[in-house]
Amino acid sequence: MAAPFARIFSKSLRQIPRPWGSSCQSGLRSRSTKSLPVMGSDHTSGVVSFPPLQTYSEEESMMKDAVKKYAQERIAPFVSKMDENSAMDEEVIKSLFEQGLMGIEIDPEYGGTGSSFFASILVIEELAKVDPSVSVLCDIQNTLINVLFTKLGTPAQKEKYLSHLSTDMIGSFCLSEAESGSDAFALKTRAEKHKDFYVINGSKMWISNAEHAGVFLVMANVNPSAGYRGITCFIVDRETEGLEIGRKENKLGLRASSTCPVNFDNVKVPESNILGEIGHGYKYAIGMLNEGRIGIAAQMVGLAQGCFDHTVPYTRQRVQFGKRIFDFQGMQHQIAHVATQIEAARLLTYNAARLKEAGRPFIKEACMAKYFSAEVATLTTSKCIEWMGGVGFTKDYPIEKYYRDCKIGTIYEGTTNIQLSTMAKFIDKEFEQ
Amino acid sequence: MSKKKSFLAIELQIRVKPDHSGVVTDGVKHSMNPFCEIAVEEAVKLKEKKLMKEVVVVSCGPQQSQETIRTALAMGADRGIHVEVSGKDYETLGPLQVSKILAALAKKEDAQLIILGKQAIDDDCNQTGQMTAALLDWPQGTFASEVSLEKDGIKVVREIDGGLETIKISTPAVLTADLRLNTPRYATLPNIMKAKKKKIANVKPADLGVDLTSRLEVLRVDEPPQRQAGMKVETVDDLVSKLKDAGKV
Repeated sequence: MAAPFARIFSKSLRQIPRPWGSSCQSGLRSRSTKSLPVMGSDHTSGVVSFPPLQTYSEEESMMKDAVKKYAQERIAPFVSKMDENSAMDEEVIKSLFEQGLMGIEIDPEYGGTGSSFFASILVIEELAKVDPSVSVLCDIQNTLINVLFTKLGTPAQKEKYLSHLSTDMIGSFCLSEAESGSDAFALKTRAEKHKDFYVINGSKMWISNAEHAGVFLVMANVNPSAGYRGITCFIVDRETEGLEIGRKENKLGLRASSTCPVNFDNVKVPESNILGEIGHGYKYAIGMLNEGRIGIAAQMVGLAQGCFDHTVPYTRQRVQFGKRIFDFQGMQHQIAHVATQIEAARLLTYNAARLKEAGRPFIKEACMAKYFSAEVATLTTSKCIEWMGGVGFTKDYPIEKYYRDCKIGTIYEGTTNIQLSTMAKFIDKEFEQ
Repeated sequence: MSKKKSFLAIELQIRVKPDHSGVVTDGVKHSMNPFCEIAVEEAVKLKEKKLMKEVVVVSCGPQQSQETIRTALAMGADRGIHVEVSGKDYETLGPLQVSKILAALAKKEDAQLIILGKQAIDDDCNQTGQMTAALLDWPQGTFASEVSLEKDGIKVVREIDGGLETIKISTPAVLTADLRLNTPRYATLPNIMKAKKKKIANVKPADLGVDLTSRLEVLRVDEPPQRQAGMKVETVDDLVSKLKDAGKV
């Protein structure tokens, strides 16, 4: 049985970007940078060594540090204001593009960074530690919009859009409607064919980034009688006549991220604006959301970590009954429990990301990561408010914002119940004789 | 156009505290000295203005120094030189040794300009730049808060105790960067990817003919004494009597 094992392992090793041997981030709060022992697969002696999941290539490490610094200096000062006004600051959006954070996997030929999926995950996590709203903007762009264009775009479409998506244009993904959320394929938006163009009519809801997006990827049905096999993905530019962006929702959390209804009133799009193939839209949606799931998991992990990082210092300073509240055993046990949950969520997320990069099946793991991370974020933020006591309940401290932001994690990009049902389907299959 | 290169020296930043023989460096995250970051930024700016042809960054230290060089490459430097110094030698590496290394490299690379941070925030020595200039017999512009290259030399505005001093020095020269010289840029993600392809050469001090033995021996390192609580008094008489009690007057 040794041979097949070795083959699988070496395949996954090959996929991981090199070089090794630089930093290994161990633990949440530890600030140490240790050099990795030289690792490699030594087939002759049959010994294969495995780096821990929190092992990054040199560029991944540098990116993580760069984004951390950038987020602290260029985003943190705006967070509170953006939340209160329910609006993303233009400066923040501009700097996201300047730093190359909106085109992480896009080829440098189109002005992108040309890095890996895992790098996107790290970026999304680091951004979420500071502001989950900014993180989701970055997540949708990188894991949904850019991927769809890169995988399905014709050379002409890529030429037209990718260089803008990496430098100055935000994209939105329009699937959900008032009557179809989890039941996505029951969507009603119609696209009627006329000669060489289509006319789109319908209403989309809960569309993130809509306020600033320059391009919309719209899922519409060209042939309702074929059911979901008629769903097709259309590229619709913002200025197209008939496209109307509705009023921003007034949300509990993730307020700086715009969420709007988008209406289509006889919107004409040329045939050349179809992304991919007619009637394959449902496949693309599912495929993309499987990957987007890992991004959301990363966002929730970052959110939990950011909240935790703001809270523990307070518990170490606050003195009651003559000692730090951190020193009470009840507190220590709760804090350690939460820290464990966050670590577990992070490992699920990283593993799902590495599985995807290795080209191995990852859907069940991605569902697990998203479901678990959202739960952990809810637990963490709730506990953090308790640990902070009264001040945790006030808007003067950033904790209550994390608490409000985390709830959407169990809802968007596949509700918790949907994730669980999907996982169950896989488990069912695994036990098939 | 005359060929110019600029050179930077970066030292590892050491944090954390003592066991009386020195400072703990094991397992501590190292990052680029803030003044060196400013020096790198200035060099990259000069290259962008087309006043310099190539920016070479140098760091002396153990394997970890490579990370610092990579950061500088991601900011826009063209290539790096890692002078390997580790173990005992690294613990006793001081400004004199570093400046000897820099002087040797400057001659080897035919550099026109050396830019350093004014001091390292670990030892606060503020000597490397000056010593390097002396070893090379080059003019120096230290504590620079403004640098402009002109036809007949470099104009440097220096921050000194009395205010600002403007001097003009000829090239080749050594500059040390002060806080207000510029605001270092972030390494953007695309630049981090590009830095991967840039070269870092490995050099040993012996190859440069530099002797690393230190003329200094650290006897003891101590934390500053704990701050004692103060006392508030209501009147001047109170103050005088308390001072008398303490035997101070």
